[in-house]
Amino acid sequence: MTVEVSELRVHYRTLRGSVQALDGASLEVGDGEVMGVVGESGCGKSTLGKSLIRMDGRMRHVGGSVRLGGEELPIADDRAMQRFRYHEVSLIPQYAMSAMNPTRRIGRMIRELLESRGVRYAEVRRELERRLELVGLGADVLKRFPIELSGGMKQRVVLVLSTLRDPSLLIADEATSALDVANQRAVAEALVQFRDRGFIGSMLFITHDLALVAQLADTVTVMYAGRSAESAPTSELLRRPRHPYTRMLLSAVPEVGTTIDESRQEGIPGSPPALLDPPSGCRFKDRCPLAFEQCATRPPFIEVASGHRVACWKAE
Amino acid sequence: MSLDTAAASGEGQGPSGRRGRDDLRFALRNPKLLAGGTVLAVLLLTGLVGPAFTGGAPNAYVGPQYAPPSGDHWFGTTSFGQDVFTQFVHGLRATFTVGALGGGIAWVLGMAVGFLGGYRGGLLDEFLNMLTNIVLVLPAMVVLIIAAAYLEARGLLVQSLFIGLTTWPWAARAIRAQTFTLAGREFVDLARLSGRRPWRIILREVAPNMYSYLVMSFILLFGGAVLIAAGLDFIGLGPTEGVSLGLMMHHSVAWGALHLGTWWWFVPPGVGITAVVGSLYIANVGLDEVFNPRLREL
Amino acid sequence: MLTLDRVSKVYRVGTFGTQPLNAVRDVSLTVPPGVVVSLIGESGSGKSTIGRMVLRLTPVTSGAIAFDGRDVAGLSGHRARKGYYRHVQGVFQDPFSSFNPIFPVDRVFDMLRGAYFPGLSDTEWRASVRRGTERVGLDPGQVLGRYPHQLSGGQLQRLLIARALTLDIRLLVADEIISMLDASTRIDVLNLLGDLRAEGLGILFVTHDLALGTYVSDTTVILRRGAVAEMGPTRQVYASPRHPYTRGLLASVPRMHRTWADADAELDSAAGPCPVHSGPGTAGPVEVGPDHFVGCFSDDACPE
Repeated sequence: MTVEVSELRVHYRTLRGSVQALDGASLEVGDGEVMGVVGESGCGKSTLGKSLIRMDGRMRHVGGSVRLGGEELPIADDRAMQRFRYHEVSLIPQYAMSAMNPTRRIGRMIRELLESRGVRYAEVRRELERRLELVGLGADVLKRFPIELSGGMKQRVVLVLSTLRDPSLLIADEATSALDVANQRAVAEALVQFRDRGFIGSMLFITHDLALVAQLADTVTVMYAGRSAESAPTSELLRRPRHPYTRMLLSAVPEVGTTIDESRQEGIPGSPPALLDPPSGCRFKDRCPLAFEQCATRPPFIEVASGHRVACWKAE
Repeated sequence: MSLDTAAASGEGQGPSGRRGRDDLRFALRNPKLLAGGTVLAVLLLTGLVGPAFTGGAPNAYVGPQYAPPSGDHWFGTTSFGQDVFTQFVHGLRATFTVGALGGGIAWVLGMAVGFLGGYRGGLLDEFLNMLTNIVLVLPAMVVLIIAAAYLEARGLLVQSLFIGLTTWPWAARAIRAQTFTLAGREFVDLARLSGRRPWRIILREVAPNMYSYLVMSFILLFGGAVLIAAGLDFIGLGPTEGVSLGLMMHHSVAWGALHLGTWWWFVPPGVGITAVVGSLYIANVGLDEVFNPRLREL
Repeated sequence: MLTLDRVSKVYRVGTFGTQPLNAVRDVSLTVPPGVVVSLIGESGSGKSTIGRMVLRLTPVTSGAIAFDGRDVAGLSGHRARKGYYRHVQGVFQDPFSSFNPIFPVDRVFDMLRGAYFPGLSDTEWRASVRRGTERVGLDPGQVLGRYPHQLSGGQLQRLLIARALTLDIRLLVADEIISMLDASTRIDVLNLLGDLRAEGLGILFVTHDLALGTYVSDTTVILRRGAVAEMGPTRQVYASPRHPYTRGLLASVPRMHRTWADADAELDSAAGPCPVHSGPGTAGPVEVGPDHFVGCFSDDACPE
């Protein structure tokens, strides 16, 4: 199902005031698409992921909307969201299994989790085992304890578990970031395979790693300081980035095999604005080499080419 | 204003600056800490300056026997005609001495063992850990009773030493655990790379991160020492010379104050001990709230 | 300058330390002046342990680490160790944990002053701290006197490099110093390392990230389970990896302009037999090209 997030604003309540962690995030994910959401720490990408499934007590929905297949998600209403969680919108967090009881066998843990979601274990058991085999794990993994599994195996179990009800939207928040490269690849490829088989509708793959997004995402949204900066099909974004931030970010990431002697790359001077009291207008303007007077007003996030949206006055 | 100048002049030495100022601000606003501290200060002052004003030895026979409290004898007299108030202020002084000495010895031992074991690790740590566990499982009170019974002349010093030598283990264990965690932090590695000696690293890098904890463990050890001393005194194993709150209780009970209804003989020392220990614990809870930001009532 | 000769580290784990854990196995390498050697490996590969052994923060179990021909493990006494740290310094992974949270950041400099510059006057000392700070591209007025939580990770890491530069250092052990930094500031720290290399500093660069490892390094050492899998000039190792493990890593590492499938196709040719067991029968890694060493394929891939 398609996912449309428009002008979503979610703030955090703190003692010193409200932190505008998400302040106008927009994105559109087509049915069956994997969208990579990238950005640096504090850009709001994790807040976005959390907002779509469960807001914690400090988060406050200030504005904007989320539509899933045309239906509005009641993200601010914890109880109304209950119906969507797991069945329609599901999540793979970074360290899911590490947070679980190490003295329980995995099968029993899964049974309890499923039953707490109103799913009868016996009914889904065959499908569960089939999908575990698809990701390269035998059914005997259910009889083992979490400690006996490697990080990559755990994330694959979590992947199977969280997509067992064929959710319309899967949110993978840094789901592979703690893994070594071989396991990262295995989990990422399993995610794409599940999408291809129709186990997952659309997916938001939240990560800080642009190169990883290049491997598995159909489209990418780059976020900066709580807002969407640029959104485009992956190859388009990597080859023809239009937002100055995206351009600078891409040129700050060395590719495997390039060396400083061949091509010296440069970082982005300055640091992101504090979101407790962010400056008005474009939030990147203080670090932007192209900034001019108009940047004092916020640039709209508009389409500049087919499927390519940018929030920058200088982008054509 | 005074806080600002204090922080500015203290810059760079110890955990001063903003953080220290914050702590002080919270400390001054914490009712538990203020109440406990005030009671403690009054008692301490009484113990310190009281003996100078009452004059005379605490065990001297100065008045009539069994006299209830009056203008001449504020807390009355004992069955031998000793002035209870004089005994009380001297007893308070003894109580604070035992607390400071016994608690202090235990505190220093606990820190030495905890810091050394936690920082050094390895065999030394295993040995110290073993020692700690042995002392921890020794029934301290029983050992104290046996040891006290064998010593002919017992003074405050000996009593404090005994208490100090037997009550340090829990402090050592807790300090060791915290040191162990802190010693693995990278700023400690960096201090090693800066050519610092281990004892300086412990004192200047590790310890400042647990000041709050160290202060609180001293308070608990102090209170514990006061209680143990009172217990020993009460069962007649206290100092053979002098006076203490516990000894007063011991004598009052031994000479039938309970039967005779001379309440003024045993109530003051009982209230004194309770007040010292109680206010220490209340102050401790207050300190916990000050140091622990999560408990700060905003 | 720095030489590791068959260095091993065994940790004792389990009850009563009965089980040996071979964290580092027979690692030999050298770091000459003005050269960056990248130690690349996944978690548990022993890469950080090697860094810590070089910095004398962890004792060596067997083998020798020598700096200018002098045995590092044998430096006894406070003076000898202080002399070593004058030339060999480290920067660690977590910038926030590298600073004592309750003191202003200047403290990392002041710690050095007591031990190394007791004769310097306050003015001279402050000037030298400011110079060091400027040398790593920071504005002294913006960073000095602040608390660690008030600065960014990138600023803190650069301050730590500035701290090391206050001394007369010749070797820097950089242990995952950029893995906690954001992409936009990472490259600046790497460039700084590159500049220092040009000034003659030898750098042991420990990382798990293949892309960042290649960017600054002259020599690449790929570690696997504590042993050297492959080692050689960076260009050589990346262009023609010989060890199946290195090949697997290079095939799995995500790249921006090449898909995983293409990477597999590129590496399709067989890795060849294990050079250790098909070669002259020496124990350690075998030289398969100029300065290019390959270790035993071990377990799965070695027929022996």
